[in-house]
Amino acid sequence: MEDDLRRRISAIYRIESPKLVARLARFTGHVGLAEELAHDALVSAMERWTPDSMPDNPGAWLMATAKRKALDRIRHARLAARESAAVEADAELWRDVGHVDVEEKLDDDIGDDLLRLMFVACHPVLSTESRVTLTLRLLGGLSTAEIARAFLVAEPTIAQRIVRAKRALADAKVPFEVPRREELAPRLASVLEVVYFVFNEGYSATSGDDWMRPGLAEDALRLGRVLSRLLPEEPEVLGLVALMELQASRIGARTTPDGEPILLLEQDRSRWDRLLIQRGLAALARAEELCGSREDGRGPYVLQAAIAACHARARRGEDTDWTRIAAIYAALSERAPSPVVELNRAVALGMAFGPGAGLAHLDLLADEPSLAGYHLLPSVRGELLAKLGRFEEAARECDRASSLTENLREKRLLGGRAEAYRKQK
Amino acid sequence: MRFMMLMFPGPKAETGAMPDEKGVAAMMKYNEELVNSGVMLSGDGLHPSSKGARVRFAGGKPTVADGPFTESKELIGGYWIIQVKSKDEAVEWARRCPAAEDDMIELRQIFEMSDFTNLSPEIHAKADELGKRLGG
Repeated sequence: MEDDLRRRISAIYRIESPKLVARLARFTGHVGLAEELAHDALVSAMERWTPDSMPDNPGAWLMATAKRKALDRIRHARLAARESAAVEADAELWRDVGHVDVEEKLDDDIGDDLLRLMFVACHPVLSTESRVTLTLRLLGGLSTAEIARAFLVAEPTIAQRIVRAKRALADAKVPFEVPRREELAPRLASVLEVVYFVFNEGYSATSGDDWMRPGLAEDALRLGRVLSRLLPEEPEVLGLVALMELQASRIGARTTPDGEPILLLEQDRSRWDRLLIQRGLAALARAEELCGSREDGRGPYVLQAAIAACHARARRGEDTDWTRIAAIYAALSERAPSPVVELNRAVALGMAFGPGAGLAHLDLLADEPSLAGYHLLPSVRGELLAKLGRFEEAARECDRASSLTENLREKRLLGGRAEAYRKQK
Repeated sequence: MRFMMLMFPGPKAETGAMPDEKGVAAMMKYNEELVNSGVMLSGDGLHPSSKGARVRFAGGKPTVADGPFTESKELIGGYWIIQVKSKDEAVEWARRCPAAEDDMIELRQIFEMSDFTNLSPEIHAKADELGKRLGG
């Protein structure tokens, strides 16, 4: 096949596959099967399409083909079931599919199916890494190879993970539906967690030589934007989108040409992406409108977005409203208490009220077991100590921080800082 | 990566006439599809060139000519900014536009800060300096 055509078909599949899988999963009640059918339709397209015989609406063609394949399988399953009672269970899988109206209008609202798919891919029966992998595969339209590259994992590992995740969903008989009212909040939290996890893997890679993998951050943003259209009244969804847009606006300013990280206050703000800032602030405004005016009505993502917005609004680092940021961290610490939030709160307090105030707050965390191996604790401590002129102690904290991180670039940054402090004393 | 999709509607751009109801509805559906797919970042339609002007720099000095402009083939009627995985995906979205006969869409990739990471440090320093001056 011609290369151009192959590339065009794979672009079409990237756009269409989430919708195909979502719709087919509703028909079959089975995510794994849905993806197989969608893939079979892709194979048919590869075999049949030529540059001169492309369907006018490739998405509709793929959907119709996949549905036909679904019905073929039902027939086979029923025949097999008649021949052997052992596969009865398999045939049962298809009991609802028999009612499928193949001629159903193809362009009717696909949103509900996509939303169901999102909730199923992020179902709590799956491990976090399985949720992440399945979400990128089924909703992000990424190939197994692309996911493997993004997470620096061997391709067969990802392929296996997908197979196991699909089997786990089938074994647990996870229904293909949007959770009911009382379940919605925790299940939505799981979806948002997965999207933000993907974003963070792109925004500050936890391992390897590169500090950022912007491709993943873009994938996460796209998923978030899709989700915000599916659930337009959920403030936390908009809050997450706002947070990601605002953080992504800094991607171009976060590293030197050699890929070394540049910290927030040292970034050249003229390199921040105004379009993303504008989108982020708009999403945040909408989220806050939905929350009402009560500070405690705001969820963790809305609050984090509000903090990011304080940075985005400051023309220069020294214009940052740290008092406001410290206040939002106080609200965040009540709403979603975590040692990492307290650590960031210490930074904000240090900026708003002086390094002494920051250090005092850090001392409250000194015995926190979950921060024992966390490199940012000594890193922040070192910075605050240096501001107080206690350079020797500051350098020791940097050494400790450097020994705790796996990221090579961050290691170098911290090592360099320790050296600079030692020269100062 | 980001692309700008520039719409060249030909002579229609100048009449200022809105397309018929069906055309508007199809375009709205298309835009909604771009937004629902998480692809569209922004976009606008442009007034006819009679409301615009061209500033030319013949001999280095600016001279202004008010619209309308005569070369209707060169007129842009509107644009979209989309974020996609590949140029192929951008092309695929452009193909789906419910465009009128003889419309043309030009796709151009938008420079992003990450595109500059392969430049030499000297060029970076200059770009930074420029950025600072622009940023004020």
